[in-house]
Amino acid sequence: MSTTSPRRTPLYDRHVAAGARIVDFAGWEMPVQYRGVIDEHRAVRSAAGLFDVSHMGEIRVAGAGAADFVQRLTPNDVSKLVPGRIHYSALLDPDGTFHDDVLVYRIAADELMIVVNAANAAADFAWVSSFPHPNLAVEDASDGYALLALQGPKTTAILQPLTATELAPIKYYGFARGEVAGVPAILSRTGYTGEDGFELYLDPADAAAVWDRLLEAGAPHGLVPAGLGARDTLRLESGMALYGHEIDRTTTPWDAGLDWIVKLDAGDFVGRDALVAARTRGASRKLVGFEIEGRGIAREGHKVLVGGAEVGHVTSGTFSPTFERALGMAYVAVEHAEPGNAVEIDVRGRAVAARLRPLPFYKRAR
Amino acid sequence: MYPSENRYTRDHEWVRIEDDVCTLGITDFAQNELGEVVYVELPEIGHLFDAHDELGTIESVKAVAEVYTPVAGEVVEVNENLKDDPQAINEDPHGDGWLVKIKFSASTDFDELMSAEEYEAYAKEGK
Repeated sequence: MSTTSPRRTPLYDRHVAAGARIVDFAGWEMPVQYRGVIDEHRAVRSAAGLFDVSHMGEIRVAGAGAADFVQRLTPNDVSKLVPGRIHYSALLDPDGTFHDDVLVYRIAADELMIVVNAANAAADFAWVSSFPHPNLAVEDASDGYALLALQGPKTTAILQPLTATELAPIKYYGFARGEVAGVPAILSRTGYTGEDGFELYLDPADAAAVWDRLLEAGAPHGLVPAGLGARDTLRLESGMALYGHEIDRTTTPWDAGLDWIVKLDAGDFVGRDALVAARTRGASRKLVGFEIEGRGIAREGHKVLVGGAEVGHVTSGTFSPTFERALGMAYVAVEHAEPGNAVEIDVRGRAVAARLRPLPFYKRAR
Repeated sequence: MYPSENRYTRDHEWVRIEDDVCTLGITDFAQNELGEVVYVELPEIGHLFDAHDELGTIESVKAVAEVYTPVAGEVVEVNENLKDDPQAINEDPHGDGWLVKIKFSASTDFDELMSAEEYEAYAKEGK
């Protein structure tokens, strides 16, 4: 994509009207918060929040052999993915590092959808289409979808009255096609918050009307619009990686604790040889959680210290609205990466006490 | 919005002068830009600053902002309430959300700082 002017989702006017603070995110003008990050975060944990994530990209792969093509590009086992199911996976480089982390949807036996991060969408599409696909359609379908994420324990109570699709049978990481508020939608039981929720893929022309209907129907349940700020604190508490922070072109799934998305038995895939070699060598570092015990908030890039020596660095750090303390994630040398270990973090020249914690920090009761 | 008895800096701090002591805080514009304040790092009483030194930091969920002192002098009081209630900075930036009181040096020239009217125009441009 060569456009330099910021792009807007179909909901931009809604965000401005709702008083959102708009920021540039991966070339998109997106709402970072409406009323406030903390309130929005807590609404998602206790009731529900509605996010506009239309900036995400979608790549459609269709035709005989589509599944084999996607298998070749991603480390998770596409053969186990039946129509109506989704899995978390990645686009890896031959060196085993991340071009992106993705969701793969098995739309039909011979049709898949790869959902990618906005920041990587153009590069991902170029990467995927660079692999030979003589009898396949490989399309950047991003402009064909708006994407709303309805997240929180009140999700089904809000959404069920607006759709004839029965939500209960749709399991986590499953999806169905149906209608929401009278317009076609893919109802996907996925999210990036650690809560129950649905992501709704919509025709961009329908997005504003669905947004309005959801907020109206959800208001009595405590639904509020939520921005990228809360999305980030929610995913961090839930120990979920964010591209450009925990994962990038220097990290492998082994480093990031994403072993479970790598199925070495599923057949060959780009990056497999490098991952096998890396596994043989053994990991030198590990992604861990930490909790600040002193005063301050560790931020991305701050050094992790043991006995004054650098043993790692922070990838994400924030104030946690749920736990009301400063939390984060960091890469730490394996010999120091045991949960429970005391470390220090160099917060702008001040060594602040911290303790390593297992991820995730937050797991919802099921 | 911006009390007329205060003077304002280009870094979005305000000072209110009473005899030889000035109270310092961040402006409504600054707190709004920052978002919900969750942590404040302030100096100890007795700390000596030169003008334009970094006085402390204010952190919101997403961001950190350094606070600078436009005046040289000694910290004589610190707003201890902010430890438990940092969001006072959001709720009342020009009042309960004050940060420190500084006994400023005799040579301080407050005319370098902006009036409320000048600052309001300056902050508007920053939007």
